[in-house]
Amino acid sequence: MFSRDTWNEIFETIRKNKLRTFLSGFTVALGILIFVTLFGLGNGLLNTFNKFFNADATNVFYFFPGKTTMPYKGYKSNRKIEFDNSDITDIEKGFPMFLEYVSPRISRNNLVKYKSESNNYTTHGVAPSNQLAEKTVIMKGRYLNMKDIQEKTKNVVIGRLVEQDLFGSMNAIGKYIDMAGSAFKVIGVFQDEGGDREERFIYMPYTTRQLLEKNTDKINMIVVGFKPEIGYAGAMAFESSLRKFLKQKKFINPKDESGFFVRNVADQLQRNQQFAGILQLIVAIVAIGTIIAGIIGISNIMVFVVKERTKELGIRKALGATPASVISTILLESVFITTISGFIGMMIGIGVLASTGKRLEDFFITNPYIDLSTAVVATLLLILFGSIAGYIPANRAARIKPIVALRDE
Amino acid sequence: MIEIKDLHKSYKMGSNVLHVLKGINFKAEDGELIAIMGSSGSGKSTLLNILGMLDEADSGEYTLDGVPIKNLSETKAAKYRNKFLGFVFQSFNLINYKSALENVALPLYYQRMARKERHDKAMKYLEQVGLKEWAHHLPSELSGGQKQRVAIARAMAAEPKVLLADEPTGALDSTTSYEVMDLIQKINDAGNTILVVTHEADIAHMCKRIIHLKDGIIEKDEKVKQVRASAYV
Repeated sequence: MFSRDTWNEIFETIRKNKLRTFLSGFTVALGILIFVTLFGLGNGLLNTFNKFFNADATNVFYFFPGKTTMPYKGYKSNRKIEFDNSDITDIEKGFPMFLEYVSPRISRNNLVKYKSESNNYTTHGVAPSNQLAEKTVIMKGRYLNMKDIQEKTKNVVIGRLVEQDLFGSMNAIGKYIDMAGSAFKVIGVFQDEGGDREERFIYMPYTTRQLLEKNTDKINMIVVGFKPEIGYAGAMAFESSLRKFLKQKKFINPKDESGFFVRNVADQLQRNQQFAGILQLIVAIVAIGTIIAGIIGISNIMVFVVKERTKELGIRKALGATPASVISTILLESVFITTISGFIGMMIGIGVLASTGKRLEDFFITNPYIDLSTAVVATLLLILFGSIAGYIPANRAARIKPIVALRDE
Repeated sequence: MIEIKDLHKSYKMGSNVLHVLKGINFKAEDGELIAIMGSSGSGKSTLLNILGMLDEADSGEYTLDGVPIKNLSETKAAKYRNKFLGFVFQSFNLINYKSALENVALPLYYQRMARKERHDKAMKYLEQVGLKEWAHHLPSELSGGQKQRVAIARAMAAEPKVLLADEPTGALDSTTSYEVMDLIQKINDAGNTILVVTHEADIAHMCKRIIHLKDGIIEKDEKVKQVRASAYV
């Protein structure tokens, strides 16, 4: 069946029936090309999605203070809850099993000046660990450190766009900016995937901020980073024990959910992953649809090919071709053509994706790609189903009486 | 060489049954050149198709070179056709994308003969039919007579026991017809058994024996004095 002679016969048939070869080859190549391209673009869409939603660390809770709505232990309702430095140390001491870091955050809007330039920016008083929560990337200089916190230094780390706004093309490192009447030294410039808004933040030691505000120990918000290895269930358990602990400490009714609020990124992450899953599903449906369309296309062509060759097959049978050799002639030819053209379509598709690169970022498509194994499996599927689809008419042609086939005009 | 006994064949045409062969008996010896004559619908082509294992009889016995031809699987029938029979058709039935040489070599391909050997042998037979120079031409580049000669070369290449020709001159003008008959006579002279289906009396008389078929039975089976086609060429 696989002798050199058989292949010679097949190559000869392919060479001498160019239209037929082209039609079936084209269908398969186009099917695979569209599949690879669509699948790749779908992956690009997912990439963009992940970039948008995973700009901040995903192992973080944010605690915001609120107002109580129930009286408890002698406290009236509608009491304003505030966090302070002792909450931070208590959390650090109380949950070493789950905790990776904890950082306070005190946010203010300030008019910031440098020479003649001025603008309003959001400043955050934070601890050094805030860098992990925000996935802040230092471009030059350094981030805040423990020494800054302990000594309450007047050092700030500014966003890339703050430097651009105030300093233009100059280097901001070592320069002093004026914030609410005090001079702060710029020790670092950062970038953040979170976008323009986050790149206009200014970070300073939270202790310095507290000192400026009459040496208070109040904080706006608590950022808690947990160990990623505790997983989603662990994160939810950690969240509920933190809630319990803070309610107890602040004398909030255990049933009162308004004393403070929690933004749990793990929960959000779960939702994002569901959304990403739906995107993936849509991509998969489109891809499967393309493959099915390709299979139908190649099946149609196989039916046409067999129909066109009916008379020839009748002649071959009259000359002594067995049904098995008729089937293998048709199938080997089709497998050969689909394999070659499927491979070509796949390579073109991968080439298209590679050359697209960043050009489609405006359409929310980042780095479109397809794993080679997915592309190969799709190609093999098309070849397999193309053969099955070809087998049915080939088998019928092989069973047809030569005299009937010979009469076919 | 060929022996058939009480051969019946009918076709279903919708609700009607068309009884084409109603008990055919005859024997063909080695080296005979037999014409099967009859008007259209007499069953002559059906008989030839059954003899050629292209079609199956409903009942009756058929023995070819001592081998009973009955209940053959498709594969077995294909092998017997390849080994025992050579076909010549009215419409030539050459494969249009293959050259004359490749067409002639095709039955040898199904005999699993090596490529080189196959081509040498095919060339030898093309030479015998006088078409050596046309070996690499496609059928579309040949005249009707040339096509039929290629078809005869193809039928002979496998060195069959019996050559079956279904209206071999049906699509040809009379001069070309005689040329083809001349070729068939020469092949017969070399000792080959040949059956020719025809409705033309002059062609039939170029054979050695004529079997007249009418309405599915043998009306007359006579030996005739052979008219040599070379006289007309």
